Amino acid sequence: MVNPTFRITGLDAFYGNKHVLKNINIDILPNAVTALIGPSGCGKSTFIRSLNRINDLILTFRREGKVCYHNQDIYAKDVDVVELRRRVGMVFQKPNPFPKSIYDNIAYCLKVHGIKDKDKIDATVESSLKKAALWDEVKNSLRQNALTLSGGQQQRLCIARTLAVEPEVILFDEPCSSLDPISTAKIEELIHQLKQSYTLIIVTHNMQQAARVSDFAGFFLLGELIEFDKTDKIFTAPKDKRTEDYITGRFG
Amino acid sequence: MNKTKQNKIIDKCFGFLGIAATLFGLIMLLVFIIDVLSDGLGRINWSFFTSFPSRKPEQAGILSAWVGSVWTMFITAMIALPLGIGAGIHLEEYARKSRLTNFIEINIANLAGVPSVIYGLLGLGLFVRYLQLDRSVLAGGFTLALLILPVIILSTREALRAVPFSMREASYAVGATKWQTVRYQVLPAAFGNILTGIILAMSRAVGETAPLITIGALTYIAFLPQSPIYFSSGFPYLHFSLKGLFDPFTVLPIQIFNWVSRPQKGFFTNAAAGIIVLLGLTLIMNTLAIILRHHHQKKIRW
Repeated sequence: MVNPTFRITGLDAFYGNKHVLKNINIDILPNAVTALIGPSGCGKSTFIRSLNRINDLILTFRREGKVCYHNQDIYAKDVDVVELRRRVGMVFQKPNPFPKSIYDNIAYCLKVHGIKDKDKIDATVESSLKKAALWDEVKNSLRQNALTLSGGQQQRLCIARTLAVEPEVILFDEPCSSLDPISTAKIEELIHQLKQSYTLIIVTHNMQQAARVSDFAGFFLLGELIEFDKTDKIFTAPKDKRTEDYITGRFG
Repeated sequence: MNKTKQNKIIDKCFGFLGIAATLFGLIMLLVFIIDVLSDGLGRINWSFFTSFPSRKPEQAGILSAWVGSVWTMFITAMIALPLGIGAGIHLEEYARKSRLTNFIEINIANLAGVPSVIYGLLGLGLFVRYLQLDRSVLAGGFTLALLILPVIILSTREALRAVPFSMREASYAVGATKWQTVRYQVLPAAFGNILTGIILAMSRAVGETAPLITIGALTYIAFLPQSPIYFSSGFPYLHFSLKGLFDPFTVLPIQIFNWVSRPQKGFFTNAAAGIIVLLGLTLIMNTLAIILRHHHQKKIRW
């Protein structure tokens, strides 16, 4: 049995008085894709946003329970949140490139970590764009404003930006929900490749997508984790009636 | 008469009323500008800018007034900008939402609406009397800085709030600290709007009369504050001095106010000419604000 990257035990989360996650227990394994499915508003996004503490930005957010990353409780007092977020990257639902050039979007991520060497920055810009399968499309226009790219290209730039700081885990919060089918296919292909070197967690509304890209799948409903297993098990022989109802399209 | 027809008539009526309301303001302003131009335009020449005020209207000029305005604006900006922008950044990006910050926010909004003469009284009590700055440029600059501080804080916050939350998320998600996020993403994105707010606040300050009269700025003054840089024939030739900060001063609106209250017709013409200069200055500043905003909007689209 490999050591899990994340071990979440008894996680409860609240926005103000609203109880959005209820007693979540889950192990996330390294170098695999874990998909989280379920209807809107059932806590999937809140869950992955708890893993890099980006939810700390939301003033009403509060949580209980433990989130351990390599046996270290990330909500402990002495945790360096900046370092945590460097190691646990995130790609958001809506592509959110900075209103700067393509080059500067990636260079910024290196600069905040104190990397000033121009050659190193140049090399990382190129390698991250290559890993994100965007290099060929933008290599002649690195100085162009990132906001002029198409939605799919912007999202791949956001992935490149995440890769540039060499994380171990990448969290995807519905990365394809604002993209067309061709861009979606490209991102899925990318996720498939990234699996070799990274631990990936992806929230999706699209069940076919979950079935296509993931190794493990978890089904969330109304803040509870109903079922968590290997993806083929979830999709072929779910143990819980509610999971079966959801994946066969009877509700949700 | 059927309902549709009635609605159409109401629609037309309202459109007409709207035009009338808009025209009313514009026409009044136009009448005022034409009146002032016809009275004062002939008086504007080079010597008007380079002469001190005088008992003889045809020799009087606005030299001490415009130099005083430049001095006070400079000091006002030096004090109000760092304080206002700093406070805006703190309240919007750093401060935890609590009863105290709510209380502070409400009070800042209220302060922006306090009549300017009240600031004058504060300046008189605090700067002129207590800190014994006397009726100096410094006291005037401080007073105007207090006056526009709430406006700058509010417009800074407004500008920061217009930067999408996703921008901050993106920055934090790659491991940037709060300061890095503010410094490299949020501030540059909000810069145009902050600048617009600053210019509008400054153009308000340049036309303020009441607070400066309250602190006792002189209305007749025939010398300039000591220049910060001046030359001498002997060693070391070039001098720097902040002594000018403590010299008495006057500003354009006060000079105009002074001339208007004189009985002679000639001073009336001078006042009109002064108003043209002041109007021109405000117009230039507002135009600059609009150009900057437009330029900024072109650069950044979310």
